[in-house]
Amino acid sequence: MIKLSKSKFAALLAAGLTAAATLAALPTKAISETELRVMPHSGLKILDPIWTTAYISRNHGYMIYDTLFGLDTAGNIHPQMVDTVSRSGDGMTVTMTLRDGLKFHDGAAVTAEDVVASINRWGSKDAMGQKMLGFVDDLSATDAKTFVFKLNTPTGLIELALAKPSSNVPFIMPARIAATPGSEQISEYIGSGPFVFNEAEWEPGTKVVYDKFDDYVPRSEATDGFSGAKIAKVDRVVWTPLRDQQQAVNALIAGEIDIIEAVPADLLPLLKESDQVYLKDANPAGFQYTFRFNVLHPPFDNPKIRQALLYAFNQEDFLDATIGNPELYKTCKALFVCGLPFETDAHMDGLLESNFAKARELLQEAGYDGTPVVLMHSTNVASLTNLAPVAKELMEAIGLNVDMQSMDWSTLVARRSKKEPPAEGGWNAFATAWTAGDLFNPVAMAFLNSGCDRALFGWPCDDEIERLRDQFARATSLDEQKDVVAQIQKRWTEYPTHIHLGQWNQLSGLRNGVEGYLDAGVSVFWNISKN
Amino acid sequence: MASYLFKRILATIPVMLFVAIFIFLLLRLTPGDPAAIIAGDFATTEQIAEIRKKLGLSEPLWKQFFIWFGNALQFDLGESFYYKKEVSELILNRIEPTFSLSLITIIFTVCVAVPLGTMAAYTQGSWVDRFIMGFSVMGFSLPVFVIGYGVIYVFSLKLQWFPVQGYTRIGDSVFGWLHQLILPSLALSVIFIAFIARMTRTSVLEVLSEDYIRTARAKGQTESKVLMRHALRNAAVPVVTVIGLAIAILIGGVVVTESVFNIPGLGLMTVEAVLNRDFPTVQAVILFFSVIYVLINLLVDLSYTLFDPRIRY
Repeated sequence: MIKLSKSKFAALLAAGLTAAATLAALPTKAISETELRVMPHSGLKILDPIWTTAYISRNHGYMIYDTLFGLDTAGNIHPQMVDTVSRSGDGMTVTMTLRDGLKFHDGAAVTAEDVVASINRWGSKDAMGQKMLGFVDDLSATDAKTFVFKLNTPTGLIELALAKPSSNVPFIMPARIAATPGSEQISEYIGSGPFVFNEAEWEPGTKVVYDKFDDYVPRSEATDGFSGAKIAKVDRVVWTPLRDQQQAVNALIAGEIDIIEAVPADLLPLLKESDQVYLKDANPAGFQYTFRFNVLHPPFDNPKIRQALLYAFNQEDFLDATIGNPELYKTCKALFVCGLPFETDAHMDGLLESNFAKARELLQEAGYDGTPVVLMHSTNVASLTNLAPVAKELMEAIGLNVDMQSMDWSTLVARRSKKEPPAEGGWNAFATAWTAGDLFNPVAMAFLNSGCDRALFGWPCDDEIERLRDQFARATSLDEQKDVVAQIQKRWTEYPTHIHLGQWNQLSGLRNGVEGYLDAGVSVFWNISKN
Repeated sequence: MASYLFKRILATIPVMLFVAIFIFLLLRLTPGDPAAIIAGDFATTEQIAEIRKKLGLSEPLWKQFFIWFGNALQFDLGESFYYKKEVSELILNRIEPTFSLSLITIIFTVCVAVPLGTMAAYTQGSWVDRFIMGFSVMGFSLPVFVIGYGVIYVFSLKLQWFPVQGYTRIGDSVFGWLHQLILPSLALSVIFIAFIARMTRTSVLEVLSEDYIRTARAKGQTESKVLMRHALRNAAVPVVTVIGLAIAILIGGVVVTESVFNIPGLGLMTVEAVLNRDFPTVQAVILFFSVIYVLINLLVDLSYTLFDPRIRY
């Protein structure tokens, strides 16, 4: 038997306890009090917010770039980098000037040539930008601060497009960087926004650092969404994505991070119990779930069968299955999002109420022959996973033959770009989500684009919808635009391009003492102070 | 010895070639298209095809393989599809956290598991033996992330002795580096302690019944010397084998711990690269791990000569 003397045992025990106490008393790494530590909803991979539509890249863009116009929280457009806007009497010329004192992070002044180059690059990639530039015969800089749009047709789309809040946002870059073709990514990250990208400290996938831009010249108006003054109130913002959501909540409660951008609904009760944190909704208009058809192949090549689903579906089932908490979701029949300027329930009576009888009637009229519906089901995006099973159940309730195929999101993204028949690797339907900022008008709403081969995956093809979208783009007053929106919604009930499955909100978690988080619709980090 | 080493190094070539072909084909045959992911939601089919061409993914498979493997032999592991950075740079940036976690874990594991297993063997049948083996069964049964959450709850949230998550580079602060690695190492080590303790117990039990142990005791050796000098040393060979296996499994299997504790290591990077179909990164990391495994196996084999003078190469 091995014996340890009492004195040796006591000495070992004392040494162990001392070591443990020493380590426990070690200070953690000193953190500047003006460093804001954020857990974003995703890791930042692509730094070019024009090349990709990824929301995290858009958020990165808002940190380091500025925009010509910005929306306030009511959806009204305000100049941001722009100082003055004037129109010729016939509406065919729009002249804009830049504010004084605007600088890029490398010290160079922002000029009209930078603006022209940036708009052209953005327009080469973005559908709304393309639509806008379709009205423009010439866009050029006439002096260092002035740029002029010469139009072929009067349109109200110029400011609306340049105020686009979500991907792709028309961020302004130096002309030499904006000269990069839209088919390639930029390799320099210089903007004129309130923060500077700290490339030296960037650790791909794990840490992104932004430093306050001391030479930023904010507007004098009060901050409201993307408009008004953009004042950086902290010296640094550090983004650190955490893969484990539970751990993110633990870190927020423990004070190791200051903000969680998107808290999963099932973890909210933990934060509500803590007196160290509070919750805020940075995107009051929220997100919209969407069911997308592939109109190239049966059965959804038949609009009447797609119409049957307008009657078969109801939004409550989808929202309950995915969000679960009625405080965080709402049903909304408006195609263009409740709470935004183009909200309307016109022509939506009786739809989205699970009227199975009516849906079966339409299927019969359409001559549905039992062709299977290949429904893609993504399994690794928590906010989307439960949508397809609910859709399957509702479709089967009216007699559709559904083949739900489960796959990870990457596989789904690859498969949705295929135009082959479902039996040859194609697809019939899948569900996804958009932020409200992507849906706020008929030109911005990508799924409404019915330009056949020019449309987004699903490839709806309808001249009438396209005519109405053009008409919207030509409208020069809000009333005119609203009237067109109602007509579009009516046409959509006849030729469904997709189905909106309800609106939902995702709250952010913040430490007490972190104030000024804006409800802009997108997570932005100016105006935030930390005590 | 030199000849043995040379033969072992030569033997790695077909192993690496097999791994390279296997991982290359596995990635290409898996559903998913990195070009579609990179292109984004608004890309047309033509734009995706253009990106696929730029990434070299529209070439025949054999050509893609030879280009990649040829470059890899020249230590050019390619560029990440997403980060537009050299994969070798990404790996170098992530090696330290993974190796640090693995190193602390294995040191802790060996320091705890070997004495525990030896004690269990020495007190075979007693409550000490049963307690240690019971702990071992529990260690196998509990998933790492459950242990992780448990230690975080107790030591981070309640006692506030350790941080919840994160990693400090050793160059920034040695104490901070160690401080942040203690909980993840503790969580990760449990299953390996369970495994190695059992192996040590079995091996020591076998040795303790040998004649030379009885001889040593008959010659008046103290029990501690019998154990340390005679029993453990002779029991070491299978234990070292298992430790070597554990190191190999550890380096490749830290992904769950890295996820839970937010340690920016190779495991996390690999998972994200797989989900995003970042082929160059996945291929490079798998090749890298293969080299590590081969090296560890070689070192384990060479270490036998330290414990057993009868083993010579």
